[in-house]
Amino acid sequence: MTSLLRALALLLALGCAGAAAAQDFAGLIAALPGGSYADRAKVVKDLGLTGDPRALVVLRALEADDLKVLADGTPVIVNDKTGAAVAAVDGSDRGTPAADSLDRVKVNNAVRRALRSAIGMLTLRDPDPARRLAAARDALKAADPDQIEALDAALAAETDAGVAATLAEARAAAVLKSPDAAGPDQLAAIATLAARGDDAARAALTPVAASAKPDLAKAAQAALARIDEAQRFWGLAQNLWYGLSLGSVLMLAAVGLAITFGVMGVINMAHGELVMLGAYTTFVVQQVIRAEAPGLFGWSLVIAAPLAFVVAGAVGVVIERGIVRHLYGRPLETLLATWGVSLMLQQAVRSAFGPDNRDVGNPGWMSGAFHLGQMQITWNRLWILVFAFAVFAVLLMVLKRTPIGLQMRAVTQNRAMAANMGIRTGRVDALTFGLGSGIAGLAGVALSQIDNVSPNLGQNYIVDSFMVVVFGGAGNIWGTMAGAFTLGIANKFLEPFAGAVLGKILILVGIILFIQKRPRGLFAVKGRAVEA
Amino acid sequence: MNVTRRNLLGGIAAIGAAPLLAPLRGWAAEDTIKVGILHSLSGTMAISETTLKDVMLMLIAEQNAKGGVLGKKLEAVVVDPASNWPLFAEKARELISQDKVAAVFGCWTSVSRKSVLPVFKELNSILFYPVQYEGQESERNVFYTGAAPNQQAIPAVDYLMSADGGGVKRWVLEGTDYVYPRTTNKILEAYLKSKGVADEDIMINYTPFGFSDWQTEVSKIKAFGAAGKKTAVVSTINGDANVPFYKELGNQGIKAEDIPVVAFSVGEEELAGLDTKPLVGHLAAWNYFESIKTPENAAFIEAWHKFTGNPKRVTNDPMEAHYIGFNMWVKAVEKAGTTDADKVIDALPGIEAPNLTGGMSKMLPNHHITKPVYIGEIQEDGQFDVVWKTPDLVPGEPWSPYLPESKDLVSDWVTLKCGNYDKVKQVCLGANG
Repeated sequence: MTSLLRALALLLALGCAGAAAAQDFAGLIAALPGGSYADRAKVVKDLGLTGDPRALVVLRALEADDLKVLADGTPVIVNDKTGAAVAAVDGSDRGTPAADSLDRVKVNNAVRRALRSAIGMLTLRDPDPARRLAAARDALKAADPDQIEALDAALAAETDAGVAATLAEARAAAVLKSPDAAGPDQLAAIATLAARGDDAARAALTPVAASAKPDLAKAAQAALARIDEAQRFWGLAQNLWYGLSLGSVLMLAAVGLAITFGVMGVINMAHGELVMLGAYTTFVVQQVIRAEAPGLFGWSLVIAAPLAFVVAGAVGVVIERGIVRHLYGRPLETLLATWGVSLMLQQAVRSAFGPDNRDVGNPGWMSGAFHLGQMQITWNRLWILVFAFAVFAVLLMVLKRTPIGLQMRAVTQNRAMAANMGIRTGRVDALTFGLGSGIAGLAGVALSQIDNVSPNLGQNYIVDSFMVVVFGGAGNIWGTMAGAFTLGIANKFLEPFAGAVLGKILILVGIILFIQKRPRGLFAVKGRAVEA
Repeated sequence: MNVTRRNLLGGIAAIGAAPLLAPLRGWAAEDTIKVGILHSLSGTMAISETTLKDVMLMLIAEQNAKGGVLGKKLEAVVVDPASNWPLFAEKARELISQDKVAAVFGCWTSVSRKSVLPVFKELNSILFYPVQYEGQESERNVFYTGAAPNQQAIPAVDYLMSADGGGVKRWVLEGTDYVYPRTTNKILEAYLKSKGVADEDIMINYTPFGFSDWQTEVSKIKAFGAAGKKTAVVSTINGDANVPFYKELGNQGIKAEDIPVVAFSVGEEELAGLDTKPLVGHLAAWNYFESIKTPENAAFIEAWHKFTGNPKRVTNDPMEAHYIGFNMWVKAVEKAGTTDADKVIDALPGIEAPNLTGGMSKMLPNHHITKPVYIGEIQEDGQFDVVWKTPDLVPGEPWSPYLPESKDLVSDWVTLKCGNYDKVKQVCLGANG
């Protein structure tokens, strides 16, 4: 009641000019905190239709949970940092009220949906074309007949061709929903949306296909059929991309094992835990950055990568020197000993960091997605693919082009001969194992971006890693790459038809059959080295 | 007179419980009442179950500070079944026959509960099970303090169908491939169809445990949602698979305003490992949220922070279930005047204990309890904001009326003495059911 009086007083103060608009605005602001969620969504929508720039400030505050109510019922906007409050209706200073004297104006999904659409309405004339484009997209999602007028006005004033096209599509979607739009206008709208041809267009057209007007329904059905046809191609492309992405993750996880198991022949069951150590290194680096230098957060992964390599590599060298070297030539004992190490590492991390998941953040450049035609590509998967290829290329360089790589190959091919040539085989063993482990650590940095960072992280990847290495052919890192991408793509093409569970089973059966035929995998290493 | 009777009963209980060859050991154990805690402290389930062990230790310590039960101190016996289902049965046997615990609080997954069931029946002891589950079970020796499907899944779907929840017309039932999601989805599918939802508007997907590459599944959901009808996802995805699922949703730009996800296995604890900014508005259905403001809850959270020495430890729904269950057990033991399993089992139905959201939960004759149902939206700070709740406490129903095989079944351990009584045939199916 007090707030209503206040609103009335304000109205009088403003005088006659623009009185009606002011009443609208002040009245709507005063009504915002009260009522149910549905009432609030209605008020938000009306605020969006006022076209009043003051409404934008209030709605953004509501979206950011900064709109509060004073004890006397006045809606105020509270500054997050300083706690200073200004009246929502006219921006007048309200001091710094105590946090516990304020009531929140709560939102739910319905209010949030209304907010998005209303903010879109108010930013249709924003000077920034990117904002206008976002606003037009929101209008397309909302497809609200009440917005047609505003969209028409925005369309007439629009100078940017891209924004204008989206505005026209948004208008088309709204027209299709409008009960009193003219037939020809709606047919034109169907054509506009058919040309867009994505999920948003499909969502707008599907209800029309069941429309009572036969000509409209027919046009919509034809448009949907065209969209489906085009999307079939894009669906294939999308599956291929998913397969490449899964393949890159498998390759990253397995390529370290391709060194320790494939080249050295050590069955390292602790490989997954080395991956996990890499992920936890990323977590620690991010914690330090959050506390000491928040500005560097975007670089956290770049900083974490070399550290993860060093940490996991060092643990690998310790495992090799401490345990594995005493067990060369005894694969069963190695398997059991490294499995024990994996349990110890898991429990150590559980004791140090706790059993629950740790929050590893995605830097801005690792979040979100972009469109390539009708295909959506998420940035984190793209960067992981790039990273996987980079790691692979560097590894190949190290093995083929550096003295240490030459020594590694020499020792694994013929230990006695290499020792005779003056190579310190023990040191090379430790370095090789360290290299494989370090790469596992690098994989951990990448996996921390898509999976949970918990003590069990490694267990999820150990079986897949062995599968890739055995399938690709032990001893050949090109084989690992081919194996990873073959399995990834096969899996992603099976998944839409067979489902995730059956798809995985089919892949496993396929591998078993394949190994029966070619026990040495895709790219078998030939020659005497095999028998060593 | 009273005192003598209590001593007499205590003596009988002790003789009954003591192994024949070692009566002295039985008498020696009279100093304390032992309470078994059967939660995994290592392996994959440690992430969820360790907290429940801690909350039980806190409740027992609090009860001891109040003077214990029947004038005796409680003693916690903690074992670690290590997320290994057969080991659950072994450890349960150890707790009951060697440690002679009066009751056991434990288990999380349905498969672990099924694994210990025969042990509790054979040795006639009491299990308090604190986690929401798929129903379709009611055993004499088990008290289910978590939600039955009608206390979580059905109200959540009702909310989404209502105007407030967005008037959802199209449904994706997404779950991990094991017994809880499969049974829950079967019930939900039958329920949705009974509400007139067409076959083509329901999509059911299952993924393996620990699934991490959600790209295909999420794009399937997106395509399914692009049919011009309001779509929602009902998620029974379990444990670790949730984090990559929500990350993929965020990255593919599926916002709660467009396609809300309501989860039955995601609570405050699971969100602790996630950046929740892209998830604001996605939903969870539980009987308790940490953010609910009541004096009981505030006191519980304060005690929890003090007990763990960590002011950031969150509380969640299964913890509240143990809180209610433990207090009910204490009251039942005091009412029966003994810890004898048969007498406590008979005393429990009808016992009331306060829950943390301001109501009074009651143990029903079907060994389930009454609970309120809340729908919460995820907030930026990793907490839930309650957007809807049931007006009253909802009584738990183990047998779903929406499935043909269970629609005629009722459970009543007080008058019918049967967990699966067929109303139509008027017969107790017993172990054959």
